[in-house]
Amino acid sequence: MTARKKRIWIARDPSKCSGCRKCEIACSLFHEKRVWPEASRIRVFMLVPGVEVPHFCVQCEDYPCVEACPVNALSVSSETGAVLVDEGKCTGCGMCIKACPGKIPHLHPTKNYILICDLCGGDPQCVKACQEGGWNALKIVSRKDYAYEVYARTPEEITKDLAVKFYGEKGKELV
Amino acid sequence: MLGYAGKLLEVNLSSRKVKDVKLGDEILKEYVGGRGLAVKILWDRLGDHWETVNPLGSENVLLFLTGPLTGFFPGARTCVSGKSPQSNGVVGSTVAGEFGVELRCAGYDGIIVTGKAEKPVYLFVKDSDVEIRSAAHVWGKDAKQTMTLLTRECRGLLKKRFPRYGEWKEPAMLYIGPAGENLVRTAVVAAKWTHAAGYGGYGAVMGSKKLKAVVVKGTGPLPEAADMEKVKQLTQVVCDKIYKNELWRRWGTASAGYEVGAKTSSEPVRNWQEEWHNRKSYTVDKFENRFWVKHYWGDFGCPTTCLKIAVIKNGRFKGAITDNPDYELQAYLGTNLGIFTPEENVFLASLIDDLGLCGIQTGNTLGFVAELFQRGILTREDLDGLEPEWGNIEAFAALTKKIAFREGIGDLLAEGTYRAALKIGERKKVDVLRYAVQCKGIGVGAHGIRSGKDYPINISYACSVQGGDHTSVACFPLDDFRSELVMIFNDSAVYCYFNTFGIPRDIKFEFYKAVTGVNLTEEEWVNTKALRILQLQRAMLLLGGPDLRWNPKIHDDNPSRFYEPLPSGPYKGKTVDKTKFEKDKKRYYEAVGWDENGVPRSETLKKLGLDDVDKALEKIRQVNFSLS
Repeated sequence: MTARKKRIWIARDPSKCSGCRKCEIACSLFHEKRVWPEASRIRVFMLVPGVEVPHFCVQCEDYPCVEACPVNALSVSSETGAVLVDEGKCTGCGMCIKACPGKIPHLHPTKNYILICDLCGGDPQCVKACQEGGWNALKIVSRKDYAYEVYARTPEEITKDLAVKFYGEKGKELV
Repeated sequence: MLGYAGKLLEVNLSSRKVKDVKLGDEILKEYVGGRGLAVKILWDRLGDHWETVNPLGSENVLLFLTGPLTGFFPGARTCVSGKSPQSNGVVGSTVAGEFGVELRCAGYDGIIVTGKAEKPVYLFVKDSDVEIRSAAHVWGKDAKQTMTLLTRECRGLLKKRFPRYGEWKEPAMLYIGPAGENLVRTAVVAAKWTHAAGYGGYGAVMGSKKLKAVVVKGTGPLPEAADMEKVKQLTQVVCDKIYKNELWRRWGTASAGYEVGAKTSSEPVRNWQEEWHNRKSYTVDKFENRFWVKHYWGDFGCPTTCLKIAVIKNGRFKGAITDNPDYELQAYLGTNLGIFTPEENVFLASLIDDLGLCGIQTGNTLGFVAELFQRGILTREDLDGLEPEWGNIEAFAALTKKIAFREGIGDLLAEGTYRAALKIGERKKVDVLRYAVQCKGIGVGAHGIRSGKDYPINISYACSVQGGDHTSVACFPLDDFRSELVMIFNDSAVYCYFNTFGIPRDIKFEFYKAVTGVNLTEEEWVNTKALRILQLQRAMLLLGGPDLRWNPKIHDDNPSRFYEPLPSGPYKGKTVDKTKFEKDKKRYYEAVGWDENGVPRSETLKKLGLDDVDKALEKIRQVNFSLS
């Protein structure tokens, strides 16, 4: 229980996302040492202009992706609760994507392994970038016993909801 | 060269052939990218027969270019260029968004489009895979329909071709609306519903090539930078500064719809008959509180996020969606038409976005028409039964649609203010050019010069190589922060100059060095590289053709309206002093190395290594513009 108290979660509010994609820049610089939007573990989907959806792992309680991995390439960090990818073991089969209720993981664009948010080891760079700009679409909160997995939704579903909220009932036809 | 993807993609739509084009480091160092590189490519390919090139013919070359700082410097943009169907010269017209970043991540610094497709097509670029696909199903569609259908289609293709990848983010897209398809000279190349490369009229060029859209997904990283740590550090310097500018971020340029009228008195009101208003019905808080559903909206890497999404959810304009509107559109689709009702302005801006028109240029033409109606020069009969009285939103909306589809009177107005004025003048035997507020075929941006309180000066539009473009104005001294010689850097390195406000001026050159590894000072830039780009632009502007040419003795001048005294407001009576203007114009010619006729001097061109330009201008010098 003590380890768990320290755990963080990234609260997300896509309606506040400005679409600046500084989170993608920060993530890819941290993990890949390059500005590389497609290799970012957080991806901002803009299926409809104005509806920007930062899409990244929510760390479900039951970790269906970890369960689904046929080669045990995924594990849960005992320190942060983030899903860790063993890049050597991963075969890029995509079973974890199928298992994820939000279809969140995606393949590295040039290498044969899956990309999943690792919370930067407990100090998420995307949140720093978002907070600096004052947008507050991403915010660190301490992880409690909430049903975080409800946030694992596909980009289409989140976009449709927000499009209706922003643009009225016809909004979902724009997706 | 570091900071570049290293190649351009060339697509010939006539032969449907695609190839890579590599540029030498020397060219990249001299012309950088974006506007600078566009000017160089256009001169090399079309310079020796420029006058005969029809901007709307298959012989025109259409360019989508990034620069070395695209994606690195906060606020990514893409530069669209070619021979302009507005000025018959070259305009470097930039549009914000992720397109340039996707393109660079796909391995290209830009796209060169030549020829003309037989049937409507769009380009789909996925890294090095390039397809020319049918656009039959989106031809005729408005901005929103086009984006929805092509985003769906291209994501579907990616999913099918790369089934294990996971969910595909949308590719970036530049497209045209019906206005571009119908070769309206005030049509834009658009992105993300509301963003546009407006000046230049390149939407019509896309339309003339039957190119509905360019869709790009790049999965690689941005090109390697010389010193990424330095890039990060400089980014922080820029962002920290911008983040402190709270109200600039909060309002974008939307507070100016009131302020530029009320305070600096330089806002177009009723086709510039006035430049002052103090209508408190038309202030930023009204837009903010009533329509904005997203208060901070921006593009790749932007700390300012000056855009705001405005939606009308009820009443007669229900369903209208646009951004802000920003200052230019609050002015041109508002005050310039006698509209002081925020709802009407949001609605008209939304319509303009959907049809793929330029809000500035079209608003300029609508204002011109309304003044001719006010003066009885154009009547209800001339205007297909419409009565565009000031503030008549229905009439202006109807005219806007007619322009986009070239229906009835719209066919004439689709030629833009200047060309329409020539034709109306001929037909009515009245000098209507005096009511056309434009320079070199380009409607003047919504920043007047009469009060002397705004940033442009008396020669700003008259001597600019991009005519009425308010983002590229002539100024003294040549290295003034407003001067187009300085501005060319932003549009050549290709990023948003709004993110340079309040930033030490050396930072952008430090940025350039951190990305490319090449030293460059502002002095070197202004006095050699930018000056060379300026001369090339001036040369192509003066060569002009085929339908119109510019005589500096006549056309290096302000719109007549700017010599009328301001009739109202705190600067009532102020105007542009013609004698002083002529003096300043000569002084500017001298400073940039043009002769008394406004033609670049031989020695200026030779010193810059532009001997071929010098030869091409001989024909102009011999004619010596004896016309006037």
